[in-house]
Amino acid sequence: MLRLLHLSAPLLARSALKRKSFMSIILFFLVICWRAAASIAWAVLLLPPSTAIFVILSKFSVLHPIQTISECFSMLTSATAIFSFILLCGVIIMVGFLNFEYYTVIPTIACSKIALFGQLLHPRQLVNSLVHCIMGMIVAWCSAVTIGFRYETLGHPCAQTDGYHQMCLNEYHLILLLGGAFVGFSHSLLGVIHNMNYVSFHTVQQYKYLRFKGCLPLVVKCSATQALYSVRNFIVVYYFLGYIPRTWICKTLNLHLGSSAHPLDSIAGLLDLSLLYHLWISATFLLFTWYITLLLFRIFLTEGYSFPVQSSFTEDADHCLPKVLTEKQPMILKFLALQDLALLSQHSPLRRCEVFSLSQPGGHPHNWNAISKECLSLLADLTQRLVAYHDTVATNGRAKSLSSGSERKTSSETSDFMSPRPTSPLTAPFTPDLDSPFMSPALRRLAAPVEQGSPWYGTVQSPHIMRRVKNFLAKRVLIVYLFNKLPEASSQALFADSQAHIWALEGLSYLVQASFSEDQFGVVQTTLPSILSCMLVLQEAVDRHFKLPHASSKPVRSTSSMGDSTYKTLRFALRATLKTAIYRITTTFGDHLNAVQLSAEHRKRLQQFLEYKE
Amino acid sequence: MFCFSTYIPKPAHTVMRKHGDSPVICDLAVPKWLSMSSGCILALLQWVSSFHGSLFPHLTVSSLCSSEDMIAEFSQVLNWSDCVVRAFAWHPHTDKFAVALLDDSIKIYNPKSATTPTLKHRLQRNVAVVQWKPLCASALAVGCQNCLLVWHVDPCSLSTRPSAGCAHVLSHPGHAPVTSIAWSPSGSLLVSASPMDTAMMVWDVAAESCVPLQRVGGGGVTFLSWSPDGSHVLASTPSALFRVWETRMWTCERWPCIKGRCQSGCWSPDGSRLLFTVQDEAVIYSLTFTNTPAAVPSGTSKGPHAAVVVADLSETTFSTPDGDIIVGGEIQSLAWDPRGERLAVLLKGDPRAADRSPIIAVFKTRVSPIFELLPWFSRYLMLLLMFSLCSQCWSSGRITHVPFYFLSASIPRLGLSGSPTLPHVQERPADFANQSLFTEFIS
Repeated sequence: MLRLLHLSAPLLARSALKRKSFMSIILFFLVICWRAAASIAWAVLLLPPSTAIFVILSKFSVLHPIQTISECFSMLTSATAIFSFILLCGVIIMVGFLNFEYYTVIPTIACSKIALFGQLLHPRQLVNSLVHCIMGMIVAWCSAVTIGFRYETLGHPCAQTDGYHQMCLNEYHLILLLGGAFVGFSHSLLGVIHNMNYVSFHTVQQYKYLRFKGCLPLVVKCSATQALYSVRNFIVVYYFLGYIPRTWICKTLNLHLGSSAHPLDSIAGLLDLSLLYHLWISATFLLFTWYITLLLFRIFLTEGYSFPVQSSFTEDADHCLPKVLTEKQPMILKFLALQDLALLSQHSPLRRCEVFSLSQPGGHPHNWNAISKECLSLLADLTQRLVAYHDTVATNGRAKSLSSGSERKTSSETSDFMSPRPTSPLTAPFTPDLDSPFMSPALRRLAAPVEQGSPWYGTVQSPHIMRRVKNFLAKRVLIVYLFNKLPEASSQALFADSQAHIWALEGLSYLVQASFSEDQFGVVQTTLPSILSCMLVLQEAVDRHFKLPHASSKPVRSTSSMGDSTYKTLRFALRATLKTAIYRITTTFGDHLNAVQLSAEHRKRLQQFLEYKE
Repeated sequence: MFCFSTYIPKPAHTVMRKHGDSPVICDLAVPKWLSMSSGCILALLQWVSSFHGSLFPHLTVSSLCSSEDMIAEFSQVLNWSDCVVRAFAWHPHTDKFAVALLDDSIKIYNPKSATTPTLKHRLQRNVAVVQWKPLCASALAVGCQNCLLVWHVDPCSLSTRPSAGCAHVLSHPGHAPVTSIAWSPSGSLLVSASPMDTAMMVWDVAAESCVPLQRVGGGGVTFLSWSPDGSHVLASTPSALFRVWETRMWTCERWPCIKGRCQSGCWSPDGSRLLFTVQDEAVIYSLTFTNTPAAVPSGTSKGPHAAVVVADLSETTFSTPDGDIIVGGEIQSLAWDPRGERLAVLLKGDPRAADRSPIIAVFKTRVSPIFELLPWFSRYLMLLLMFSLCSQCWSSGRITHVPFYFLSASIPRLGLSGSPTLPHVQERPADFANQSLFTEFIS
């Protein structure tokens, strides 16, 4: 365990620069690093059973079941097995460390294909892919050694015609190694595409063991299907390009190609069922161990953490909920604090009591003030972001329609291209850029297809020019493909961090509900008008946003992927939570709300809620 | 027109034995050792299969009947398959209700508006249960044969036929038919149950994601009831076992019954007491739950060790001026009013005897400081039961609302009580008001 913590030291040092408070580093270290380390330790502990199952499955033969078992036993106790097992442990620790290094609680949503390519070609991501590639190869080597048989070594002695012994290349070993590397690489790529590094929080709290048990069948299914697809793709690639690594290996290691009947990059060579099975089972094993590590990491990281609401010692004040809530970095601590707020407001009367309590001496409701202020600022931030987005969309359409005729043709498209600059530091880096160099109006005009009414049509007649135009257009089609915005992506990007807002809404509304009977000093009453108006303004902004095209279209859910697609539906969850939160307050207070000072417009809106007409 | 479902499920092991009971071994030229050993293997197989049947009763259930029969069997509605009204739900906060009809449509009635929206969807078949989402004006969850639908019916809309786009389909492989659903009182989660699925689904409706909660034993899940304070969920199974889930960390307590499966159950408003009935028994049991302070991180509730019988509803004859009437028998469903002052019990009656029609018995109850249960009045021929104003749905499709005027014993809690507050005018003359049936003293 010490070694694991030592590994994460550089990370801590780097993030320490961003953080002001030394205490939050300690808290980060205590909570997050410890959780990451524990998840990696569990993943390593789970390695022996999964390896044993892999050995049995890979060596199983229907005709000789007894022999299989004895072989497995002798295999598991051999020196090479122990060595490869140690290697596998190293790989798991590395995977766990990469999970920890690359995880995010706010997904990065690519709004166009080009942004996605940008993500894939980011140096950080390239390093990730390379490391995964190497690790895939290591795991494949381990599985090759484990399977034994014809896969065991890279070279084997073969007799030439002149009787002189020399080393030949064992292509079966090579194909397994390359397969492992390919699967590792595609795992890393798919990780970006499916946002596999995104860690979502569950609404249903469960103990870690039960959650793990519940997710295990999904992991098995995902790894088996993903392995199947990856192996299929690998075989296609190997069929066309397999000779390159083969000749390269032969040259560098001075091996001969051997005189085997079928080279493996032929159809006959690849149609070997046993080879395909071993490729698939080793890919499944590889993905399974990695997915398990990822799953454990997610489960450990998102487990609820109970922060103290207030502390009697001043040195612990930085660990308290109101303080942690207001910290900007690291994001995961803020999220854990918000989750804890939502849970305590719902389930813990004792801790709610601490929130409503007054400071001693002084008699100020510091806890409630800090919590409500932070939640309200989060909500106001979202409102502002939504309004800004709506304004951008609206003004774009109008500004373009006022300009020249040729511009007007593209205005509808332009508004699709356009999306806001992220106003909050919470939003991800790859949200669309308004002032991206690629987004010049000239290019946009070029990107628009030639229309019948345009001066281009009819004047260009000669075949030579036509061909040039065609080439030109083909390039433009590619550009349109790359730059065209993915539908609803901007909407998803706007609500990428909405889990925080959902908790803020839940926390506030439950606390307000509880204050009806539990708040002895009336501390909540002072902020009730601002809470209500903040929620109503947000409600209006959200309603307006959902009237935009693509905003209310439901995304297609994929169940057979380890990538978490919760972020795709966060905006719906936010809308539902917001409505429920307002109803929770109106149902609790009923007609007493008439005594709360509100603007006439908000009062009218609130009346709708009181009459259950929203 | 009044007719009863005559379907009686056979015990699992007898059915299994019937299937395996065909040892066709011809007498000619069969060595004795062969017949002996095959007999042994057959016996072993039968034993294993009976074991299988008792482990996974839901599989047996599925082999016995179609999903329609299954809904009829596990629905809270008496005689579901022929009843014109198949499901009924009051809105928890305002005066409107939804009725699911035999033709798979759902109508929403609101006394304040002239329009009655009719909800139809191609997936909405054999509706077993409907329920309104709490803390929301528009969402209505519908449990059907193949999936779960959540309708969003805009209360201000004048349209009488909301489009299918207003419904969200929630489905999970193997989770059908849905026979019971329950919203969390905070409106954030929805649980659904199917007798065919050993897992109970907890849905995050907005995100359309679900978490299956599964435990060994019992088979599927047939009936769900969420306690009004949100802390517990009752989940009964087709076998003699039910579970009480605690909703903070979603752990459960197993409650094996002695006789049959748990047929119905309801919670007191504060979630501290569960009343439930068991199939083939004419008694109401009670379980008390003490809510541990939630600051304790364990999250497990320390429950009682055994259920107590609080009411015995076995058949009793009363002589009235019109002649003797027989009241009592097996219980179909229970409903407790949101303030915990009246408990309605739907008694099945006996379909073969003409004078033994289904009856609703109403008890006057008190939850605190001590639990009290007193008989109040009874009414005949009801099929479906729903509290608020006590609403009774008849097999003919008629829905009767019986306004209960009673003086509330406690000071009504402001705003929190869900039912429309009724003017308390007079106490209804109760038949057996003086007769104390059950009083429990809490030390």
